Amino acid sequence: MVNEVLFWIVAFLTVIPSLALLFAKRPVHIAMSIVTVMVGLAAAYVGLGAPFLGVVQIVVYTGAVMMMFLFVLMLVGVDQREDLKETIKGQKWIGFAGSIGLAILLIAVIGKVTMEPRITGVEGNPEEIALQLFSEYVLVMEVLGFLLITAAVGALVLTHVPRLTPRRTQVELAEARVLAGANPVNKPMPGVYARHNALDVPALDPEGNVIEDSVSRVLEIRHQTQDGAEFRAHLENPEQKGGDDK
Amino acid sequence: MNYVILAAILFSIGSAAVLLRRNAIVAFMGVELMLNAANLALVAFSRMFGELDGQIMAFFVMVVAAAEVVVGLAIIIALFRARQTISLDEPAELKG
Repeated sequence: MVNEVLFWIVAFLTVIPSLALLFAKRPVHIAMSIVTVMVGLAAAYVGLGAPFLGVVQIVVYTGAVMMMFLFVLMLVGVDQREDLKETIKGQKWIGFAGSIGLAILLIAVIGKVTMEPRITGVEGNPEEIALQLFSEYVLVMEVLGFLLITAAVGALVLTHVPRLTPRRTQVELAEARVLAGANPVNKPMPGVYARHNALDVPALDPEGNVIEDSVSRVLEIRHQTQDGAEFRAHLENPEQKGGDDK
Repeated sequence: MNYVILAAILFSIGSAAVLLRRNAIVAFMGVELMLNAANLALVAFSRMFGELDGQIMAFFVMVVAAAEVVVGLAIIIALFRARQTISLDEPAELKG
C-alpha cells in the first residue's frame, strides 16, 4: 500500500517536471525541473530498497551534475535564444511522432511480459554493495577509476586555451602605459574628505572644482553621479548646513 | 513493473528532448534523463529478481554518466568559445 502511494508520488514528481524539457523556454527552469526529477528518482530508489543508490543519486546528480549544468549555463549566458526555424522540414512532428512511437512500443512490450516477482527482501545496504563491488566487480571499479581520471584530464584539455603571446610583466605594462602618454600616477579617489565618501560624488580640487577622473566612468554613463554642488557650497560657506549634517 | 513503465515514459521524454531541442545544453539534459530512466529500470529489475547486480550496474551507469557530463560540457564550452553559440543547428560546415 505504501509502495503504491510512493509510486504515484514518484510518478508525478518525475513525469511532470520532465515535460519541462520539451515545453519550457528558459534553460534555467529546465535545469531546476530536472533537479526535481532527480530527487524523485532518488525517492524511488529508496522505495525500491536501494538506499545507497538513492543517496548517490542525490549527491552525484542533484549535487554535482545538475549544478555543473547550471554553472555552464551561466558561463555561456542564460539568455541564449533558441532559434525556431527548422533546418529539416517537419523535424518537430517527426521527433514527436518518433518518441511517442518509442513510448508506445516500450510500454506495449513491457505490458506483455509477465514476471514472477521474487521479492526476497534484498536491501541495497552499503555493506553488501561494497562486498560485491570489491570482490566480483573489482576490475570494473579500477577501469572506472581510469575512466574518471581520463575524463577529468580530457575536460582540462578541451577547455584549455593556449597562450599565444608571452606573458607581459608588470614593468613592461607600466612602460607601455607611459609610452602611450597615460597619466603615470593614480587617479584621485572619489568623495569629499570628511563629508561624503560615496562613489558617486566626484572629488574636489583645492579650488572647489570637480575632478572628473575621480568617478567611475560606468556611473557617469548611467547618470548616477552627483555634481558635488552641495558639498562645494558647504566649503565656500561653512555656516550653511549641508551634506549629511541634515 | 510499474516502475519499468515509468522508466519507459521518462526515456521517451528524454529522447524527444534530444530530437526536438536546439539548445545543446537542453539536449544534453535529455541524454541525462534517458540515462536516469535506464537506471530506474535497472533498480526496478534488481528489486524484482532479488539480486544486487542491477543496483551495481546502476551505480556504474552513474559513474559513466558523470564522466560523460564532464567531457560533454567541456565540448560545449569549447564550441561556445569557437562560435559564440550553443545552438545545435549552427555548425553546418559538413554540409556538402
